[in-house]
Amino acid sequence: MTAPGQPGQLAAGEPHPGMPTYLGMPSFPDAARIAVADSQLRANLTHATHTIRAKRAGAVAELADWEQLRQAAKAIKDHTLAHLDTYLLRLEENVTRAGGQVHWAQDAGEANAIVAGLVRAAGADSVVKVKSMATQETGLNEALAADGISALETDLAELIVQLGHDRPSHILVPAIHRNRAEIREIFRTEMPDAPAGLTDDPPALAAAARSHLRQAFLSAQVGVSGANFAIAETGSLVVVESEGNGRMCVTLPRTLISVVGVEKILPSWRDLEVFLALLPRSSTAERMNPYTSTWTGITPGDGPENFHLVLLDNGRTSALADPTGRQALRCIRCSACLNVCPVYERVGGHAYGSPYPGPIGAIISPQLRGIADPVDASLPFASTLCGACYEVCPVAINIPEALVHLRAKVVDAKREKNFSPERVAFTLSGRVLRSPRLLAAAQRAASASRRVVARKGRIRLLPPPLSGWTETRDAPVPPPESFRAWWARTRGNRS
Amino acid sequence: MSTSARDRILSRIRTANRAAGQVAPADADAAYAALSREYLRAHHDAGTNDITGLFAERAADYRAVVERVPESGLPAGIARVLAGRAAAASGSFVIPDGLPGEWLAGLPAGITLARDEPPLPPAELDQLAGVVTGCAVAIAETGTIILDHGPAQGRRALTLVPDFHLVVVQASQVAADLADAFGRLDPGRPHTLISGPSATSDIELIRVEGVHGPRNLHVLIAEA
Repeated sequence: MTAPGQPGQLAAGEPHPGMPTYLGMPSFPDAARIAVADSQLRANLTHATHTIRAKRAGAVAELADWEQLRQAAKAIKDHTLAHLDTYLLRLEENVTRAGGQVHWAQDAGEANAIVAGLVRAAGADSVVKVKSMATQETGLNEALAADGISALETDLAELIVQLGHDRPSHILVPAIHRNRAEIREIFRTEMPDAPAGLTDDPPALAAAARSHLRQAFLSAQVGVSGANFAIAETGSLVVVESEGNGRMCVTLPRTLISVVGVEKILPSWRDLEVFLALLPRSSTAERMNPYTSTWTGITPGDGPENFHLVLLDNGRTSALADPTGRQALRCIRCSACLNVCPVYERVGGHAYGSPYPGPIGAIISPQLRGIADPVDASLPFASTLCGACYEVCPVAINIPEALVHLRAKVVDAKREKNFSPERVAFTLSGRVLRSPRLLAAAQRAASASRRVVARKGRIRLLPPPLSGWTETRDAPVPPPESFRAWWARTRGNRS
Repeated sequence: MSTSARDRILSRIRTANRAAGQVAPADADAAYAALSREYLRAHHDAGTNDITGLFAERAADYRAVVERVPESGLPAGIARVLAGRAAAASGSFVIPDGLPGEWLAGLPAGITLARDEPPLPPAELDQLAGVVTGCAVAIAETGTIILDHGPAQGRRALTLVPDFHLVVVQASQVAADLADAFGRLDPGRPHTLISGPSATSDIELIRVEGVHGPRNLHVLIAEA
C-alpha cells in the first residue's frame, strides 16, 4: 500500500502550510479497508506489536510504584498546562540567558520559514535531522526542499522511510510496517553505498546505516532536532534516543535548531525523575533508553556554537481550550497506545492519514487540524473504545473519553446540515422507543422479518440505505418472539 | 514577526485556559510545590542492598562489558582492557583532561595515547581506537552511566565518535535511583546518559546493538 504514487504518498517538494492531511488520503474507513487486505502488512504489524507488548508489561511490572509515577506525571503535566504562559516565558528567559535564541511559531508555515531562514543564515544547504514528531507534523523536510535545502533523516527507521519514498506509520518506529527483508530491498536499491551481499540480518542492516551516515555526521554544519522535554526552571532541553544519531545531531554541527511543541515543557529538572522512569519503559520496554542528551543553551568548547529553539503552537492552543480534549497535550509520544490497540494492529499507521497514528493520533489530529476535513472527522470513530490505550498510557490520558467527546463534536457539526440519513434514523428510533405501542409493533415486524434478512444466523447485508450500517457490521438475527411479547403471553410462567 | 507571534501565542494560551475553566492560582511555584508525588524516591535501600552489584548487573543487561575491580587494581584493569582493544583496532586512545594519571600507570608498550588539545576534528576522532573516561554519576536501578562532561570526561564528541568507550565508575558514584542521581547533577552542564552501547529497536521492534554511537562499551567499577 505504500508504493510510490498510491494514496498516502507525499508529493515530492510539496510545502505544507499547516498540518494538512496527507495528500489524496482517503478517510479512515476507506483506508482501513485497503490496509486490512494487505496480509504482509498485517503480519509485520502483528509480529512487532505483540513482541513489544509483552516486554512493556514486564518492564512496567518491575516498578512497584508505576501507578503513583503515572499519577504524578499527569499532575505535573496538568499543572504545567494550566500555567503554560508562565512556564514558556521562564523557559525563554533561561534559554536566552544560557546563550540560546528563542523563536515563536504560530503554525507550521511560520516554523518552517524560521528554520529555513536560520539554515541559510548559517550558510548551509543541508541539515542532519534526528527524528522529531514536531518537524514531521510541520512537513519541514518538504518545506526545506522547496527552499533548496536538503534534510537528511538519521534515525534508522526514518532513513528507511525516506529511502523508501514512504510515510512513517508509527510514532516510535516509523518503519514498523516494513520487515527485515523489505528493509534490505530498500537499502539495496536506494542506498548507493550499501555493501555488496547485504543480508537481512538486523545487525547487518544497522551497520549499513552506520557507514552510510558516518560522513554526513562528521561534516554536518546544521543539526535539526525536536525535544522530548524542555525544562523551564533551567532552560535545558532533553532528547531521548537509542542509536546515537541524536547525540551526533545535537553535538557535532556548529548550529543546532530544535523545533519543540509548546506542550513539551516541564517546570523543573527534578521532574525528569518521573518522566525518564515512565518514557523508556512505555516506549521500548527498556529500563532506560541507550542515550539521553541534555543541554542548556551553549557550552563554550563543547557542542554547537549557535542554538535556536523554535516554540511551536500549530493548533495546540485550540486543543488547550477544550476541557476534555486538552488532556491529549499531556502526551509524551511513547507510542504504548499504538502497540496495544486492536485497530492499529490490523490497519497500521498510514490509514490514520496523519503523522500521529493510532489511538493518540485519533484524538490529536482532529484537535490540531480541526474536523472540517473528512479524514479528521473520521478519526474519532477509528476505535472500538476498548480502553487498552488508557490503561497503558504513562500520563493517564483517557483516550476513550476524548474519542467519545470528539465523536459528539463531529455529530454536532453534521447536525448543522439539513439532511442526514443517520439523523432521520435516530429521530425515528427515538419516537419508537418512547411509545410502548410502536415498540411492540416494531418488534413484531422485526421478528417477522427474520427469515428474509438473515443468513446462517446473522444479518449480513441489507439493501440501501441500510447497507450503510451492514457494510461494516454483522448483526444478530431478531428473536422469533420479543421478551415483551413472551411476557404478555406467559406472564413468566415457564410451562 | 517573531515578537507578535510570541504575543499571540501567549494570549491564545491565556484565553484557552480561561475557556477550559482553568483559572490557575496566581502563584505557579506554590501550586507546583503542592503537587502530590506519591511515588518512591528510592526503589532500593542502599543500606541493605548491594547497589553496586545491582548497577553492574543492570548495565550488563544492555550487553555492555562490566567488571568490578578493587581500586588498587584499576591501572592493571585499564591496561588489560586497552590491550585487548588495541589488538582488534588500530589508532590511539584519547584521554580527556582531568583523568587521574595513576589510572594509566600500567599501560603496556604499544598503546598510544592522544590528547584533545587542540580539539580534534570529528574526522580524527573517527580514526581513534577508543576513549577512556570517568563519569559523574551512575544509576543502579536502570544501569545508566551519566557524563556531565566535566573533568576526566571530555567534551561530548569525545565519547561519541570513537567506536570504543572504556568508562570507569567509582562505587561512590553509583546512586540507587533516578531521583538521587538527578539531585547530584548541575542542570546547567551538558549531560549524556548512557545505558549500554548504541542500539536500535527500529527493525521489527527488536533491540539490536551497534548503530552510530560507540558499539563497544566497557565499564570498570572501582571499589574501595
